[in-house]
Amino acid sequence: MDLIRLTNIHKTYSLGGEVVRALDGVDLTVGAGEFIAIMGSSGSGKSTLMNILGCLDRPTSGEYFLNDREVSRLGRGELAEVRNELLGFVFQSFNLLSRTSALENVELPLVYAGTPAAERKRRAAEALVRVGLGKRLDHKPSQLSGGQQQRVAIARALVNRPKLILADEPTGNLDSKMSNEIMAVFQALWDEGMTILLVTHEADIARYASRVLVVKDGKIVTDTRQEPMRATSTQSEKAP
Amino acid sequence: MNLIQTFPLAARALWRNKTRSFLTALGVVIGVASVISMVAIGEGAKASVEQTFASMGTNLLIVMSGSTSSGGLMGGFGSMPTLTWDDLKAIQREASAVRAAAPSLNTKSSVLGEEANWTTQVTGTTPEFFGIRSWTFARGNAFSDSDVEGGSKVIVVGQTVVDKLFGPNVDPIGQTIRVRSIPFQVIGVLARKGQSPMGQDYDDTTMIPVTTFQAKIQGGLQKYLSGTIVVSAVSSQLTQRAQGQITDILRDRHSIAKGADDDFSIRNLTEIASAQQQGTQTLTTLLAAIAVVSLLVGGIGIMNIMLVSVTERTREIGVRMAVGAKPWHILAQFLVEAVTLSMLGGFAGVALGTGVALSLSGKLKWSFVVRPDIMVISVAFSVLVGVVFGLYPARKASRLDPIDALRYE
Repeated sequence: MDLIRLTNIHKTYSLGGEVVRALDGVDLTVGAGEFIAIMGSSGSGKSTLMNILGCLDRPTSGEYFLNDREVSRLGRGELAEVRNELLGFVFQSFNLLSRTSALENVELPLVYAGTPAAERKRRAAEALVRVGLGKRLDHKPSQLSGGQQQRVAIARALVNRPKLILADEPTGNLDSKMSNEIMAVFQALWDEGMTILLVTHEADIARYASRVLVVKDGKIVTDTRQEPMRATSTQSEKAP
Repeated sequence: MNLIQTFPLAARALWRNKTRSFLTALGVVIGVASVISMVAIGEGAKASVEQTFASMGTNLLIVMSGSTSSGGLMGGFGSMPTLTWDDLKAIQREASAVRAAAPSLNTKSSVLGEEANWTTQVTGTTPEFFGIRSWTFARGNAFSDSDVEGGSKVIVVGQTVVDKLFGPNVDPIGQTIRVRSIPFQVIGVLARKGQSPMGQDYDDTTMIPVTTFQAKIQGGLQKYLSGTIVVSAVSSQLTQRAQGQITDILRDRHSIAKGADDDFSIRNLTEIASAQQQGTQTLTTLLAAIAVVSLLVGGIGIMNIMLVSVTERTREIGVRMAVGAKPWHILAQFLVEAVTLSMLGGFAGVALGTGVALSLSGKLKWSFVVRPDIMVISVAFSVLVGVVFGLYPARKASRLDPIDALRYE
């Protein structure tokens, strides 16, 4: 069963009377358990592709089956449900709620899923343990390093047990050592069977993935499968 | 996730910006506090007016004689006696809207006790008078009809007169007071009424049977009633009708031709009282209206801050949407924040306004009326203000595009 099936996806914007073809006929099939890196220069359409895959945006035309459900024509509320149930997001700038503890940040998707408070806490703590932050539950983002913040964000993406994790330049704001750590976390999740889709413009980062797509002028121009390079975890705090 | 669950979320968000939340709510606090205190003060003023008129008598009408005119100089009402004792009997007998009527013959006279003297009002009247003018007794009783028939030399005194002649805390019942050197026995002391708004001392007065007044003070019985007739209508709604009936009876008895002027006049105190009350009511309404305006200004303050908050938290909104918040979740969150602010402001305002009204009434010696209904309405109104002024910012937040919101710097 394919997790993602895109058929002839187009996305056009009109920008000051000029029509911009951000995506111009994209076909893509992703199976469960793949680790995909999407590469491309800025303006290539990779962000638009990411937004559509993440159900944050709808294509102008084409079909998008996610987990065997056509989601390209859903309303805003239904898309929110799909994101809540099937997807987890990791952003370049972490996007944690400030002045809010790591635990509460991770709880957020479960709040909207309507999970009871006790179970919410338990699962959020579990997810934080999984990314190696079991001892930092009550820390606010400002008390955490960039790498730790990104791991909180990964825990938040994991907590609702999604089918797919979408990461948009997750290492863009991190130095190479921390980047390596984050990639190790992703690879660990991938090893456990998670499907991961990662947007990056760094070839170094793309080497950790099992499949690399290159987007240019709104089309996927290359689609390569590779043996991923293993990230060596040098985590300062091991998961208990 | 349901609406109830958004309350702790909102409370947490407000708590994160304590100073700002406090200042925002302050607008509503002041608005509600001014509503509460203004209404309390207005109601207090109304109550004191009511009390004043109640102490003058219940549903009171005063019938006065006509005026003399000598050489074109009008003497004013009461200067020429036109009312007769038969007029009084006719009013008592024929006017159905009249509960009771009593003569009131007045003079200023010096009164003598054992050791002191005093000059006070002496009123000759009948036992009905006390009911009509709402007098009650601190000690003793009123004189009776048989006292009036027999012309007994008994006297009812006000508290001021007791204080002047006997000193405070003395029981003067059974003591003798001389009025124009005629000894009267004290049989009753009136309960204290205090002062009129004009500063007149209600308690500086004495009452004796009207027959005794005529015989001993006035000097001889007369056909004319050389004073006024005080009348109590059956109810406050019937004072108008009582006035009309008395007018008809007197015009008929005095054989006044159609179109000619009355040779008497009738004062309707209930009408004066209700006019006064309307005045204070208007004042209350005006004060409340001003207060409501300040509450609206408080609401605009909330809207302002919520708009700032939405802009400031655009990224947060984006994150919440990305992890599965539906538009209505965002709408509810911001709306609940606005309502929480305005509701807490409302509660604080009720407390503050009650405090202000209490201290003001203490300082101004005004009576203070707590109106629970106004409190409930004020809080409800401030919640409404929160909903109305929170809706626009909340809608704005809920309509944000998640992609733009996430990218917002």
